[in-house]
Amino acid sequence: MSTVRISDDAVARACGADKVVAAFDKLGWTVERVSSWGMHWLEPLVEVNGVGWGPVTVDRVAEIAEGGADDLCIGPVAAHPFIASQQRLTFARAGRTRPLSLDDYVATGGWAGLDRARAIGSEQVLAEMVQSGLRGRGGAGFPAGIKWQTVARAEGARKYVVCNADEGDSGTFADRMVMEGDPFALIEGMAICAYAVGSGQGYVYLRSEYPDAIGKLNAAIDLAAPRIAPFRIEVRVGAGAYVCGEETSLLNSLEGKRGEVRAKPPLPALQGLFGCPTVVNNVLTLAAVPHILTEGGAVRYENLGMGRSKGTMPIQIAGNVLHGGLYETAFGVTLRELVYDIGGGTASGRPVKAVQVGGPLGAYIHPDQFDIAFDYETYTAADALIGHGGIVVFDDTADMASLARFAMKFCAAESCGKCTPCRIGSVRGMEIIERILAGGRQADAVEKLPQMHNVRASQRSFEEQVALLEDLCETMKFGSLCALGGFTPYPVLSALRHWPEDFGLAKQAVPA
Amino acid sequence: MDRIDQIVARHVDREGPLLPILHDVQAELGAIDTAAETRIAHLLNLTRAEVHGVVSFYHDFRAEQDLRPVVQVCRAEACQARGIEAMMPAVATAAGDRVRVETVYCLGLCSVGPNARIGDDLHARLNEAALTKLVEGA
Repeated sequence: MSTVRISDDAVARACGADKVVAAFDKLGWTVERVSSWGMHWLEPLVEVNGVGWGPVTVDRVAEIAEGGADDLCIGPVAAHPFIASQQRLTFARAGRTRPLSLDDYVATGGWAGLDRARAIGSEQVLAEMVQSGLRGRGGAGFPAGIKWQTVARAEGARKYVVCNADEGDSGTFADRMVMEGDPFALIEGMAICAYAVGSGQGYVYLRSEYPDAIGKLNAAIDLAAPRIAPFRIEVRVGAGAYVCGEETSLLNSLEGKRGEVRAKPPLPALQGLFGCPTVVNNVLTLAAVPHILTEGGAVRYENLGMGRSKGTMPIQIAGNVLHGGLYETAFGVTLRELVYDIGGGTASGRPVKAVQVGGPLGAYIHPDQFDIAFDYETYTAADALIGHGGIVVFDDTADMASLARFAMKFCAAESCGKCTPCRIGSVRGMEIIERILAGGRQADAVEKLPQMHNVRASQRSFEEQVALLEDLCETMKFGSLCALGGFTPYPVLSALRHWPEDFGLAKQAVPA
Repeated sequence: MDRIDQIVARHVDREGPLLPILHDVQAELGAIDTAAETRIAHLLNLTRAEVHGVVSFYHDFRAEQDLRPVVQVCRAEACQARGIEAMMPAVATAAGDRVRVETVYCLGLCSVGPNARIGDDLHARLNEAALTKLVEGA
């Protein structure tokens, strides 16, 4: 009898990994629950002596135990092109270690970054963070080292490190995979940050939709507590509000208030949690810290990527895609490579119609634009955003008008209510899109009354409705306090510009 | 009200204890009603309006108990790309009044959708038949 490795990541479990484990148990095999390699179309992936089979169902277990099931066999897992072509820094341990084993963590270089940080002093840590060029992986792309320096130099008896694990974007799961697959890396990153800025208390704000991650991270924090002392970390569970991924509303939520966005300034770095200087970083940002702080790590990081986008980005390939999963690579890769070469096209086998990059607030990208490189500045120039690196693929059955309507609906459902363009504009946006689809709007009974002499037009045409939608989008873009209202126009306008025919418009009616 | 006092006592020494308290009240009592809000407000030296504002802001908290089984179905973009919307009429029929079908925006399983959650159990790669079976068995 030998040992078989099967992931206990939520994706593997949702696809039936626990039943496969039970079947191997029954045969008397030793089962090791490891993190996921990130090849989700192959989950549950079964690994025996480095060779993988997937996706495995219970009725194939006996065959695999005897070395058969060649149709499911993918050969050596680490040599699979999907894995071998990546540059895995943050996800170096994915698939290779048991998430809650401190021994596995140490054996794969764990705590080296923290030990070195403590040896070289906080000033040097800050300097190396700035040098590495690491930018906030939560989407905004603010240089993490500069943020840390601001907190380190701020006056305050207490300082906090807050990890934003609210990962609310559809099409993203890298944060979840870190917390479930390599929780000690996140803890180490937070401990390094705490040491650099002089903080004694950290919080992880974790969304309630991730039950597995909550359990794993809590267990990992208990195990790692002596190693990171005197720094302490506590998990706080969110309560189903997407907007709490915005850093100031996250802080309000941590303080026990409604998750309403705060005005900035003051910056959270100066007056954050309970008015104290606070580092708020995304999971991926903090999980990238341990390897940056290893000997020569900052230089290695700086040399990867393109332009001002340094290092690697864990890209999450999702939606209607054949080979979905986690693909970490240096900045500069094109969407065409990601969707076709790596993702293998759509799962349905139909042509790709659109790809939404960066979550529900990201633009829909047309196949004609697929050659733009994955880089913060390039995307911004193309009126799109990288966000958290999630890409959601749609085939040609997608109705872009209904997706645009959904963007407005989502904004209405999740608005914190502080700004008018987001709270009310999103509802009006839904209505306007419905009217566009209905071919314009007839005046209602009240508008036809003789005393309503200042009504603009008794009947609004189709083009007027489109103009109204664009006007509303401009108002939302410039009149919203945070990105929920400010970026909702991206999916709406990109859908309108690239697929006007889905709205019932002629192709040339809307200038790009 | 004893149970609420116990829950508050468990968390009162933490920084910003309100959300952890509300989570426990919701989990143990199934809802956060007016009486619970009043008691929590009293114990934390907040106004009831403040507590009610928090309870009503977050989607996870409910004002009234609902003992029906819950199936959370993801209807965000990645699951839409895999056809969840077309399955919803069948889901509604299967659920009837017996099962509460809730919309959730993303369970983080975006590469293997459509997905659903029942309690802490996650289900992926659902088609209409599998999803309606889940709802019927909930």
